Parts: sequence; structure tokens; C-alpha cells
Amino acid sequence: MGIIRKALASRPVASLTSPHTIDHYLDQIDPMLAAENVRARVVKVVQETGDASTVVLRPNGTWKGFTPGQHVQFGVEVNGKRRVRVFSVSSSRAAKDGTFSVSVKAHPDGYVSQFLHRELQPRTIVHLSQAEGEFVLPREVPDNLLLISGGSGITPVMSMVRTLRDSGHRGKVTFLHYARSVGDEMFSADLDELAASLPQLTVTRIYTRQPGPGDLQGRFSIDHLKHLGLDPADTLTYVCGPAGLIASVRDTYDELGASDQLRMEYFKVPSVDLDAADATGTLSFDDARIDTDNSGATVLEQAEAAGLKPDFGCRMGVCNTCAIKKNSGAVRHVVTGEITANTDETIKICVSVPVGDVSIAL
Amino acid sequence: MARKTKNAPIKPRSASQHNAAPLTLINKDSTKPATIGLEYMTYEQLDEFGRELDVVRQRVLDDLGQKDADYIRRVIKVQKASEVLGRVGIFMPFYWPAFVLGIAFLGLAKILDNMEIGHNVMHGQYDWMNDPMVDGKRYEWDNVAPAQDWKHGHNYIHHTYTNIHGMDRDIGYNLLRIDGDQPWYATHRFNLPLAFVLMMVFEWGVMYHGVELDQYLQGKITKADFQARKKRAMKKIRKQVFKDYIAWPVLGLALVPFVGWWAPLAILGANVAANIIRNIWTFCIIFCGHFPAEVQTFAEEDAQNESRGQWYLRQLLGSANISGSKPFHVLTGNLSYQIEHHLFPDIPARRYPEVAVDVHRLVEQYGLQYNTGRLSKQMLSVARQLGKYGAKPSDPYKIGNSPESKALRRAKREEAARRAEEARAPQLTS
Repeated sequence: MGIIRKALASRPVASLTSPHTIDHYLDQIDPMLAAENVRARVVKVVQETGDASTVVLRPNGTWKGFTPGQHVQFGVEVNGKRRVRVFSVSSSRAAKDGTFSVSVKAHPDGYVSQFLHRELQPRTIVHLSQAEGEFVLPREVPDNLLLISGGSGITPVMSMVRTLRDSGHRGKVTFLHYARSVGDEMFSADLDELAASLPQLTVTRIYTRQPGPGDLQGRFSIDHLKHLGLDPADTLTYVCGPAGLIASVRDTYDELGASDQLRMEYFKVPSVDLDAADATGTLSFDDARIDTDNSGATVLEQAEAAGLKPDFGCRMGVCNTCAIKKNSGAVRHVVTGEITANTDETIKICVSVPVGDVSIAL
Repeated sequence: MARKTKNAPIKPRSASQHNAAPLTLINKDSTKPATIGLEYMTYEQLDEFGRELDVVRQRVLDDLGQKDADYIRRVIKVQKASEVLGRVGIFMPFYWPAFVLGIAFLGLAKILDNMEIGHNVMHGQYDWMNDPMVDGKRYEWDNVAPAQDWKHGHNYIHHTYTNIHGMDRDIGYNLLRIDGDQPWYATHRFNLPLAFVLMMVFEWGVMYHGVELDQYLQGKITKADFQARKKRAMKKIRKQVFKDYIAWPVLGLALVPFVGWWAPLAILGANVAANIIRNIWTFCIIFCGHFPAEVQTFAEEDAQNESRGQWYLRQLLGSANISGSKPFHVLTGNLSYQIEHHLFPDIPARRYPEVAVDVHRLVEQYGLQYNTGRLSKQMLSVARQLGKYGAKPSDPYKIGNSPESKALRRAKREEAARRAEEARAPQLTS
């Protein structure tokens, strides 16, 4: 199949199907059939906790696999509209049945995460990207490894731990996880099982709002590492979670001069405040790496004020010349007043004003 | 001395006041509102008219969903199927019914790709689906005109400044005289034969139009812009020509032992024929959209400082519909609903019959003109217009090269220079 796929994705074939790609044609036969498009069929949806679920996926042959710690763009179509979110892979790379899974904590306002949790049916086809992200274990895992996660930041770390278990890793691994309470914790049973099955793995869970009997209490501090007998200077450390956790871990490592041992991944839940006044928040132009305070003007005007020169035409929402991807955040249409808050959707920046924090692919 | 002239300081109107004229239609010397539509209604009524159409638009936008997605995907499926059938059919030059059917299917595929899919997708009608396959930014059509330049000339220039002389480059495409307010030149004597030639090679005409040589020669676009347009056009031409006239015919070499030496030529000919079928069809539909008699055109002065209601009205008065059956409308990309398309260029075209009901209501209410008719009637009207305006007018001011016109243009130039001088004067004294 690999050779056929390569042939189909080759330039001679592309010149015969130009201006379209072979996938435009294969898609008409079966959406899973593709030379380049990554698609997957949902095998099952497992409810982890009251608001978290794991989606087991069987990708098509274009999927190049993942390295534990990576994430994937996950697109699901609801009422004709494709909604794309980024989710971390949570399964072990050693899975032999050709499936992998992503785990998601349903955000109260998160349309897709809620949909996944409540409505996603087996056999649904979802649209994926290849696995992305630099937050991955090295090829040679050192003997001393510390994994720190907070909240739903546990998902990429779960993939790492499961892969280490399945690949027979012999080194010492410490897994330090922070959750608000037992009820909020994802993968509770899996964590117990992992801790029991691997003698060289230490799993420590700290509930920040539900102090337990042990010595470890509250939010992350250097004492927690000392108590676990870890020296940051010679421990390769991965941390994934909310910004607060990452900041305090980073500060600790900086102080100890161990920052070269630290790998970080922010786990940002896109927060959308629909009631925010127009001129609040930050408008980020991701490609240009410019952040400006939202002035309340249209995205186009703010981009121009920031020195960018986006394409535009009519400046009245007719011609679509200025249409561009909004990576995250909410915008209000100045004519209709309609607010749209989807990740990765196309907006006309001449008639869109940001509502709160917005990032634009400009 | 080549001095870079600075543009007049036009105060940009905020796009957040949607009920405002597009940027360049603001008269910098006057705040006088535009005069469009005053023969039909008052300014208050024009505003109300604009509001009512905004409501119609919003109603459709709120209702977009699965059925619209299913529809465009069904059209894409039919398009892809007929393209494959067409390509297979023209590989059977030994059995002429299959061969002819192949040409027809390939022509149909190109028509669907250009009209109901390409044109409409590139208007952003399906951007809300967030599907890369129907994304207006990414779509490229089976046509030698590169999507990017077509979108600029069509979506922006033509759809914003519709039928305004000197702004909408689609009035006669710089080739034909289709309206009495266009200056007459000697080439217009050949209006009808030129139009016939354009019909046969229409995709090349669209491509050439998008390169904007005339705009470059008039100094309205920069050399860099012009050269980038030329480069994009050449790239697209190479791809299209290679596919239709080289790659597929070369594959036909495999047929030579069975059919004869002429098999690749037959395939080449079939590709040419399919492209011509598409050219003729798209030419007819597009010429019927704005060129039949009684479609109104406007002067720039009339449209300066126009309101949203006036913008809508200009679209309505400047377009013409074609009546027909449902399959006919699909083949035209629903551009047979040209009026509705110009009012709402970015809502899925399958909704135009539905909004036509509301448009009819407003047309009745305000006593407006709604230009519609069968394809034969509209085509005949276009042909008559081409004949009529091809003849040399008796009014010397309508003849582009007459001494009177030249004097008029010189006077206008001097007036503009005088104003520029006046605007500069205060700076000089200070």
C-alpha cells in the first residue's frame, strides 16, 4: 500500500488531476481512502470521569504515527461545520492493533470537548492532522526521569508513561501529578494499575483542594522534589499543565540552574468570555508574532495599526478578500452582532471585532 | 521630475460602520449623499430597504447547516464522477458514442467546477463549513485564470463597484461597447465578431482580464503587481495546458497499437472541445448577467457616499436574471439568479431561489425594475446591445477619439491638477 500511496501522491499524478489533488477524487469513493489526508474512524468513546473522555481512533494509512507527548488536530463535523481542536495523544505507542487514542477533559464552554464527551458515536469519521509537537521523550530515555503534570495536562504524560511501560524501560521514573481532587482526576484506575505493575515507577498524586494524609500538600514547590529524593540538576523533567504550575516549576529549575533539564508544554484551555467588553484582552497576530491590546476596532484595522498589511478589498464584508483563519478566541460581526468562537475558523477581518483574547493567523 | 504623488488624505471610514460606502467611493470634497435610487425612494426608504435586505441575509446565514453542506458535496460528487467518466470516455476514440459522451461529460465537469463549485466557493459561500475542500481562500479552479487574480477582479472590484463606469472593469471587459456611456472607438464596429471570438476562448479572456495590462499602462497598478500577476497567470497556464493538451494525450499513446496513430490527437481534440463547451456556456451565462438592455449603469459621481441601501439597490438595478429549470440553474452556478447573487454574494447559491421571494416583495413594494427572462431572450438582448452600441454614435462626445472628447478629458485633467495645486497651496505658504 505504501508504494501505491506514494505513487498517488506523486507529481505526475498531481499534474493529471491539477488543479485538484488525487485526494479530492479518492474522497468521493471513501473518505478513509487518501494519499495525504489523515482521517480516522472512531472505534469507541470511553468516559473517564464525569467530564473527561478518551476517544479510541483507527487512522487510515496516511497516519505516520506519533511520539509520546505529541498532540493532533482533531476535526469533527457537526451540522455541516467542521470544528477543529488540538488534543493530546494519551495512548501507548506500542499498541499493536493500529489504534491510538486522545483524551479530553470537557470544558464547560468547549463545544467540541462537550460533543466528544456526550455525542460522538463509534464509526464517525474524524479529520486529523499528523501528530505535532516538540514535547516528546528523547530516543534514549535517561535513567532518571521526572514527569510532572497538572489537571488535564496529564494526557501527554500518560502516553509517555504507558509507552515506557510497554517498551520495557528499566530506568527510574517519577510521575508527580497535581489534581484539584480525586473526583477531578483522569485515569485514576490506570494510575493505580501503573504504580502497581512497575516497581521502578513512582506515582505520586497531590490533590491541591483536598489535602490528603501524606507529607506532600498543596501546589508544587521544591520541597516536593526534595521529599521524593530528586535532584533537578540530573533529572530530565517534563512538565505539562496550566501556566501557573509551569511557571513555578520553571522558576524553581532556573534558581537551581537546572533549566536545561526542563521540557515544558502549556496546556491552554481556550477561554472565551462572551460577555467581555469589546476593548479587552489581547489580539495576537500569530504569524507575525505581534501581540497588541485589543482596541475595540476591527481586526483589520488593528492589524494595520500594528504595521501589518493584510489583504483587503471592499472593507464592508462583501468581497471575502480579507478572509483569514482565526486560530482561537471570539469575534463579533459588526453588522450582525453575531459572536463566533470556533477555533480555526475563517473570518472576514474587515467586519470582525475581537471579544477578549483572540489570535489570528496573520 | 518623477515625484511620488501622495494620495489625497481620504479619511478612511471605519468598516465597523457597515452602512458606509466602501473606501474609494467617498467623495473627499463633499459629504453630499449619493443620488442612486432617488427616483424610486427617499433616503429614509433607502435605509429601510437596506435594513430589510440585511434581515433577509441574516435569516439565511442563521439557517445554514447540514443541508447546505450536503448539497455542495453532492455537486462535487457529481462533478468528480462526470470528470472521471469524461476522461474514460475520451479514451475510447474507437467507439464514437462513448467518445462523444466523454466530451460531453468532461465539458459538464468543467462547467460544474467553474460555476456552481468554483465561482461560489471562491466567493466564500462555504467558508463557514471550515472544510479545506470548499475553502474560498484555497480553492483553485479548472480554468487558466489563476484564482487569486480572478478573486480580486471579481469579488472585490466587480462586486463592490458593480456597473460604475471607470471602476467596474467588467463593463465590456475593455473590449466591447455594451453601454451608451462607454466611449466609442473604431474597434467597437466589430463588437459582434469580437464577442464571438471571446466566447470561444472565454477562459483565456478571463485570464487576460485578470493580468490587468490596461491598469498597468494607465499607471493604476505598480509594475511589481503587474509582473506578479503575469507570473501567476503563466504558472497556471502551464499547469492547465500541460494537463489537458499534453499529459492526457500522451497517456493516449498507449492506445496507438490498438486504435491507430491518431488516438492521442483524438484525446487532445476532445480536451479542446470540452474546454470550448465550457467557454461558450460560461460566456453566455455571464454576458446575460449584466449586459441585457435595461440593466442600469452608474457614474462614479452618482455612487459617491452611497449608503448600504443604495449599494444594494445598485446591485439590483445593475444585474439581470435568467429564468429556467432547476438543472439549468445548477449548470449556471445559480448565476441565473444574478440579482440575488449580487445582493448576497457570499451566501450559498442554492439559497438564491429562496431569497428571490423576498427580493420580489421589495421590488413590488418600491416599484423597482427586476430584469429577468429566458436565456434566449436575454442572449438576444445582449446581441442587440452589442450591435447597437457598436455603431458609431452621432454625438461627438461619445466618440473616444473625437476632438470634443479629447478637449473634455483635457479639461478634466486640468481641473484635477488645479485642485491638487489648491490642496498643496496652504502647505507651501505655511
